[in-house]
Amino acid sequence: MKQIKGINDFVVKFANVNGTGSASANHLFAKAIFRMGVPVSPRNIFPSNIQGLPTWYEVRVSAKGYLGRRGGVDMMLCVNPQTMEDDIASIEPGGYFVYDSTRPLAPHLNRDDISYFGIPLTEMCMREFKVARLQQLLKNVVYVGALAALLDVDFSILKDLLNDQFKGKEKLILPNVHALEMGYQFAQDNFSCPLPIRLDSSVIDAPHIRESKHILMNGNTAAALGAIYGGATVAAWYPITPSTSVVDAFSKYAERMRIDAGTGKRNFAIIQAEDELAAMGIVVGASWNGARAFTATSGPGLSLMSEFLGLAYFAELPVVLIDVQRSGPSTGMPTRSQQSDILAAAYASHGDTKHVLLFPATPRECFDMTVQAFDLAEQLQTPVIMMSDLDLGMNDWMSPPLEWDDDYEMSRGKVLDAEALDQAESWGRYQDVDGDGICYRTLPGAHPDKGAFFTRGSSKNEMAIYSEKGEDYVRNVDRLLRKFETAKSYVPEPKVHDPIPVKKPKTKLKLGALFFGTSASPSYEAVEILAEEGYPIDVMRIRAFPFHKRLDAFVHDHDMVFVIEQNRDGQMRQLIMNECHIAPDKLTSVLNYSGTPITARTIARQIRQALNVDSADIVELHPEIA
Amino acid sequence: MSYYKPKFQHPKLPKNELGYTVADYDGAVSTLCAGCGHDSISGAIRNACFLSAIPPHRIAKLSGIGCSSKMPTYFLGKSHGFNSVHGRMPSVATGASVANRDLIYLGVSGDGDTASIGMGQFVHLIRRNVNMTYIVANNGCYGLTKGQDSATADLGSVGKYGVKNPFDGIDLASLAVLQGASFVARSFSGDKEQLEPLIRAAMAHRGFAFIDVVSPCVTFANNVGSTRSYAATRDNLEAMPIDFVPMREEIRTQYKEGSSQTVTLHDGSIIHLHKASRKYKPDSREDALMALQTANRTGKVLTGLLYLDTDSQDLNHTLALATKPLNSLGKDELCPGSRVLKSINEGLR
Repeated sequence: MKQIKGINDFVVKFANVNGTGSASANHLFAKAIFRMGVPVSPRNIFPSNIQGLPTWYEVRVSAKGYLGRRGGVDMMLCVNPQTMEDDIASIEPGGYFVYDSTRPLAPHLNRDDISYFGIPLTEMCMREFKVARLQQLLKNVVYVGALAALLDVDFSILKDLLNDQFKGKEKLILPNVHALEMGYQFAQDNFSCPLPIRLDSSVIDAPHIRESKHILMNGNTAAALGAIYGGATVAAWYPITPSTSVVDAFSKYAERMRIDAGTGKRNFAIIQAEDELAAMGIVVGASWNGARAFTATSGPGLSLMSEFLGLAYFAELPVVLIDVQRSGPSTGMPTRSQQSDILAAAYASHGDTKHVLLFPATPRECFDMTVQAFDLAEQLQTPVIMMSDLDLGMNDWMSPPLEWDDDYEMSRGKVLDAEALDQAESWGRYQDVDGDGICYRTLPGAHPDKGAFFTRGSSKNEMAIYSEKGEDYVRNVDRLLRKFETAKSYVPEPKVHDPIPVKKPKTKLKLGALFFGTSASPSYEAVEILAEEGYPIDVMRIRAFPFHKRLDAFVHDHDMVFVIEQNRDGQMRQLIMNECHIAPDKLTSVLNYSGTPITARTIARQIRQALNVDSADIVELHPEIA
Repeated sequence: MSYYKPKFQHPKLPKNELGYTVADYDGAVSTLCAGCGHDSISGAIRNACFLSAIPPHRIAKLSGIGCSSKMPTYFLGKSHGFNSVHGRMPSVATGASVANRDLIYLGVSGDGDTASIGMGQFVHLIRRNVNMTYIVANNGCYGLTKGQDSATADLGSVGKYGVKNPFDGIDLASLAVLQGASFVARSFSGDKEQLEPLIRAAMAHRGFAFIDVVSPCVTFANNVGSTRSYAATRDNLEAMPIDFVPMREEIRTQYKEGSSQTVTLHDGSIIHLHKASRKYKPDSREDALMALQTANRTGKVLTGLLYLDTDSQDLNHTLALATKPLNSLGKDELCPGSRVLKSINEGLR
């Protein structure tokens, strides 16, 4: 039988039952590959449930350092009878199936184009371990041991990782190492190890990853660290997947790094609110009072926060919101990833509102952009929403290390203190003195008899006096538009890369692709695939809204522009159509909204379709069949 | 009604110990209906702050939406104010109070703002014991949208349009006692002798202080059959007067033995409670609830300090907040620096 082969280039998927301890064993596997220096991207595809439902863990290994999903599965490890039939069907021809052979496999599950590897996981664990919980948990470690033999994972690294993991609980190290060795030995004795798909750290084709000393971390932890480094002192939130771990991580780091040495008291406040309305209200109140405050939420929470976002926009208060997007609406698929809050965030609230959005694509950017969000919010005196998603927020990504410049100073924006108020000849809260739409704020309690004013929504004049006059309203909202123009020069610029040279282009059309966030990695990969097929595509990665003027130019310069995103309605495409002066029919959507992150293959396929490329011309680059 | 308030002050206006006159605690001219109970509350707040000699700029005024929530414009013009979102002032006040623990927070709300749209936030504000004074101007109706019954309107009370309210009213004072508020009072906008010292005591209290003020709506609920009219409130008033002596003032008044009870607040201020039943202890939630239930059953409006816990610990304490206000912390206190980040990176390899 033909078998898929590939050194450092394959996809392994684990099919488990949730609540059985599989995630930490699967993570152990992925982390070992990372420690070997081989580019790897693990993804947890899990249900909204605590115990008993199907859950998957997909590990992609990519010699070239592609971190997005490729599409397809080369090896399936399945210990969940509920999903076995579908799991087997999803394996690429020439692929591999590893399973618990304590019970024989049903005859209808046999395919003649894949290889089977039965390991009696349950039997081995029942025999070797006495405690019921360990019999359950260590099945996962046994299969990791077997995979180490099958795929050539460095065994000593696995043992080191177990030692790290159980530091302080030494009693658990011995049975874990025993389970690992048992699996390894079983595979060595029964299969021809290693397989044609395997790891080899000596032939890595991605020097940029090794040299920059990548870390493995998730975006939510990175964002939480950004909030610590950015000087956030107030966090208010309501638990919601997939954003919960942002505040969990903030709390963990704050308890370590924000305790006053002299008194043991906290230089931060975390308030678990009664709902997202209150969470945003707390942030608004704290920001009004001059503290750096933030919240983290997901789709349904964003809806509930919309009213306050509108108030903050009109009252011109800095607000930082980290939106870790999931599938919507309402309960939706809370543990599935999408980029589907774009329009809801950009125009959140009633009345004429527009909000600054940031789009991180890596944990490193989650960190940097969270810090920047606090600066932008205070400089622009307006809400700033960082648009992460479940895939970036909750999965571990290889990322360049986090960096910090100790000379960084917080940009607190235009705030007049008592001294400045004494020196000012006159002051009105909403007077546009500098012509950039940004006015001078004062904080409560700043001065005994200057600078006090009444903060309210839109009915006011430049002196913050209540007014329902039409002309006052118009002047105010027009100034807010001017401020939004100013924001264009403050927010991160889009990233443009050098085009990939294509010797004999098969099209005369000038092609471009726009994408953002977690759509970026698989988009870069798809563009490389298509370049090899003869279709050169220029790329621009959007990093912020309002859009940079270069985005307009990019669309103008191309005949056909693909907008690659993860929602049904092409929300980024709509936002571009709304905000830029371009011909909308130039923009073609490339979409995935299944709840699992978009793959390079999906993107390449949709672009080929849009270009009417005959599929007979296409040579699939992956997988390679031996 | 005048639209202009002259800045001129009588040169002989008395000054408090900070040198401020009562006019220094004024706000803009009220735009509420002539005779509105809310204006009397504004006046009481102004007088209370003057008498307690609180620097106006050290007070932050917050409100939600409605006639009640317009009030902060009409007092303390030297204080920052925030007219927030309907029913959501509690969360804004919570955020503001943790951001700067050094200011005095005064929330003004109404019965619609608190007992309907804001009920969730109100209950959680009590639960967290945020250090603030929260006044509800309670008239049992929605004034700004022209007289609909609110959730606090009494069962059977008749509004301006002659329809009896078919629902039981929510008693905010009972709710506050039950939910664990550390300071609960009720008063009447027409009884400034009682309302002013209550506000002063509330502002001196550490923790959440709630004052439910019956404040008749002259336009939509001052008719015969309304239980919240001036006449009905006066007829049924059962007031327990109080005096407030701030910490730094010497006690001058002499009280007849047994005629009053004395309570000392955490800052040393003293409250004298008069005419309270001998059995009534303001430190007993059971007594407070019993008294409120009895008054409600008999159609009486029981006013005064209903419950007080002088030992309560506020949210700042629960969160173990640093003594220095969070909004004054700088880079050195907040940012761990590059060395720490390097070791975090190391742990992620």
